[in-house]
Amino acid sequence: MTVVDDGAVPAGLGEPILELLNGFVVELRNAGIPVSLTENLDAMLAVKHIPLEDREAFKYALAATMVKNQSHWKAFETVFEIYFSLRGDQYDLNNQDGQNQDGDDQDQEGDGDQEGEGEGEGQGRGGGGNQMTPEELAQLLYQALMSGDRGLMKMVAKVSVKRFAGMEPGRPVGGTYYLYRTLRNLDLDGVMAKLMEQAREEVGGEMTPLEQRLTNDEYENRVDMLRKEIEAEIRRRLVADRGVEAMAKTLRKPLPEDVDFMHASREEMVKLRRAIYPLTRKLAVRLQRKRLHGRRGALDFRNTVRHSLSYGGVPAEPKFRRPRPKKPEIFIVADISGSVAAFARFTLHLVYAISGQFSKVRAFVFIDGLDEVTKFFEGTEDIVEAVHRVNTEADVVWVDGHSDYGHAFEVFWERYGKEIGPKTTVLILGDARNNYHSSQSWIIKAIRGKARSVFWLNPEPRSYWDTGDSIVGEYGQYCNGTFECRNLRQLEAFVDNLA
Amino acid sequence: MEARFESVPAVREALGKVDYLADEGIAGVVYLADRLGKPVLVEGPAGTGKTQLAKSVAEILGARLIRLQCYEGLDEAKALYEWNYKKQLLRIQAERNTKETGGNWDEMSDDIFSNEFLMTRPLLEAIRATDPVVLLIDEVDRVEIETEALLLEILSDYQVSIPELGTITATQIPLVFLTSNNTRELSEALKRRCLFLHIDYPDLEREREIVLTKVPDISENLADQVARIVRTIRNLELKKAPSVSETLDWANTLMLLGVQNVTEAEAVDTLHILLKYQTDIAKAAKELTSAPSKFQKTS
Ligand SMILES: Nc1ncnc2c1ncn2[C@@H]1O[C@H](COP(=O)(O)OP(=O)(O)OP(=O)(O)O)[C@@H](O)[C@H]1O
Ligand SMILES: [Mg+2]
Repeated sequence: MTVVDDGAVPAGLGEPILELLNGFVVELRNAGIPVSLTENLDAMLAVKHIPLEDREAFKYALAATMVKNQSHWKAFETVFEIYFSLRGDQYDLNNQDGQNQDGDDQDQEGDGDQEGEGEGEGQGRGGGGNQMTPEELAQLLYQALMSGDRGLMKMVAKVSVKRFAGMEPGRPVGGTYYLYRTLRNLDLDGVMAKLMEQAREEVGGEMTPLEQRLTNDEYENRVDMLRKEIEAEIRRRLVADRGVEAMAKTLRKPLPEDVDFMHASREEMVKLRRAIYPLTRKLAVRLQRKRLHGRRGALDFRNTVRHSLSYGGVPAEPKFRRPRPKKPEIFIVADISGSVAAFARFTLHLVYAISGQFSKVRAFVFIDGLDEVTKFFEGTEDIVEAVHRVNTEADVVWVDGHSDYGHAFEVFWERYGKEIGPKTTVLILGDARNNYHSSQSWIIKAIRGKARSVFWLNPEPRSYWDTGDSIVGEYGQYCNGTFECRNLRQLEAFVDNLA
Repeated sequence: MEARFESVPAVREALGKVDYLADEGIAGVVYLADRLGKPVLVEGPAGTGKTQLAKSVAEILGARLIRLQCYEGLDEAKALYEWNYKKQLLRIQAERNTKETGGNWDEMSDDIFSNEFLMTRPLLEAIRATDPVVLLIDEVDRVEIETEALLLEILSDYQVSIPELGTITATQIPLVFLTSNNTRELSEALKRRCLFLHIDYPDLEREREIVLTKVPDISENLADQVARIVRTIRNLELKKAPSVSETLDWANTLMLLGVQNVTEAEAVDTLHILLKYQTDIAKAAKELTSAPSKFQKTS
């Protein structure tokens, strides 16, 4: 169970470990995690108190001193796994022929879990499992999931990566590709079905829906564990093949708040959706406080008295309350076509989550036609559901379902223009890629003439604006401001200033 | 300074003895806090045992827990110290009466800004303590960001400066825990001074253990079921996932109802104890009463 037992780094806290730690910190910073000098020094002190062979404790010590934001944990973990994964001969991609007798023991030491020992390991099946028949491997997989035994899972991971991933030295392919190839060959869905069948038989054929659900969730949890083992195995092999720095670079992923709305993968979308609740809650609390603050001109009683003492008790000057600013009314006009749909969803979500800060919020969505969707948000506390209905029920297609800002604005102006007043703030969301239709930008000018302010939020990087069919500049000249909102960080900052 | 704990496992074990089930991360950070003499900033969802951790650590050390509950508007006078101005005024009054001239102001000022007129608040109390103490600064995210500045001197130097008295330095480095529900971003300055510990919802095994320790007479079987159902519910996309305290409330309710084995109907009927939002309750009820779709056809 050592952090670094590949022979390159002697045990004890010599120079090499500090050097490794330095490289580690550099990579954390590359991944966007801010590590200050103090924190770096703290980490060096901390590891002195941790026995190096306790890998988990080592990891937590580094995290506690250097990662001060939970949403950075995932990124930290990835870098950690790369820097402090086991390295050695047995992961050499050139050495595929199972002559690594002691490789197995070393392998299972990676995780510091005591129960992992025994069970599947060291029973003569070692040597990377090259002798195992497909049936034997299937059986091993079934048993690993059936028992949930960590050691067995590691073994399955090891054998199946070697057998199915098709890893070759120096091949410039990412880990996801190997993961996909490995998983495809394991037929996990089939195994899941078999496990469920078995569980059903055990209780005499009948399971209530609740029992089925719980059993299913337990097995899915185990499949997840197995997938993580497979990922770890692939990562170890890649590190051995390409070296730490190169791997760190390939695996670098943006932090959730920096994920680009327009290019988010499915997995990242899930992360974004998870991130949005805490974010809205934070925003709401913060804004609530801002308002309270504005009202209360706090009297510093103690200071007043201390002061009055030197005059023998002359009473203090009273402080005056600051007047509360009027709540604005918000109109959101959002393009919800293809690539910008996710951006519109998150913005609607954020604005509605803090709708208490506004006297009224109305939402309009468009592609080439336009529809008001305010009613979906009224009388429900479930914003996710409302946003979902916007996507499925709004009537936004006029001709062909390709963005036509000009036409959408015409409809908006015609139907709702008269309802815009001096208290209205209008937010327009979209990339302003107008498919070369006419812009009708006079409408934005007219809206600006009536409204308190008009802002344009664009999810594209500023450098793409006004290239190709983007005409955001033409609209922007009539707005009070145009903002790049590529990620949650930028969006949050904008919404924060809005209220 | 004497180390309080021998090793990470020792911390974990000691906490277990006072019914606090820690994982490796929690125990590791507590251990480091002692070794490095640094405060711990504990963050995480509501009801996951952040406050309890400080209390339990105090308990295993036989230390006095000094708690500063934060709230919006908390100021120096409530957190650090305050001059007892009533007493000061009385003294001034008394002086006036004895010496008709009103006395010498400098002399009197020295007198009324002395220990006798100082009212100690939690932070100063922790610094001045000579017996073992654990300082808990609870829900620090509730104070305004400007108020955080009050804490910085204590957290890095374990001292308090009082203009009229000078600097008071701790005779011992107390263990300090700050908790936060993360309703706002804390300042970098504060975070830099602390070790960071995120306490998330416990995994299945730990939650089962917590239920077993905290709910009197509960059977292994029921504790296991409770932990499993809660895990499944936490995996749904909800507004607010159930906290550990809600898990415990639910387990207690089931015990009161005499439930041995949770059925769908019983789960659904008592969901309001685990979940607070109507939409969450509806969603969970639906999920718990329908088998996972991909396996329905085979049965
Ligand atoms: N690891 C644990 N072991 C034993 N009991 C626990 C554990 N975690 C939580 N609990 C129990 O859960 C309850 C809630 O804990 P606590 O009040 O400390 O939560 P918290 O994180 O401070 O919540 P909040 O953010 O709402 O203040 C307590 O009754 C505590 O005993
Ligand atoms: Mg608490």
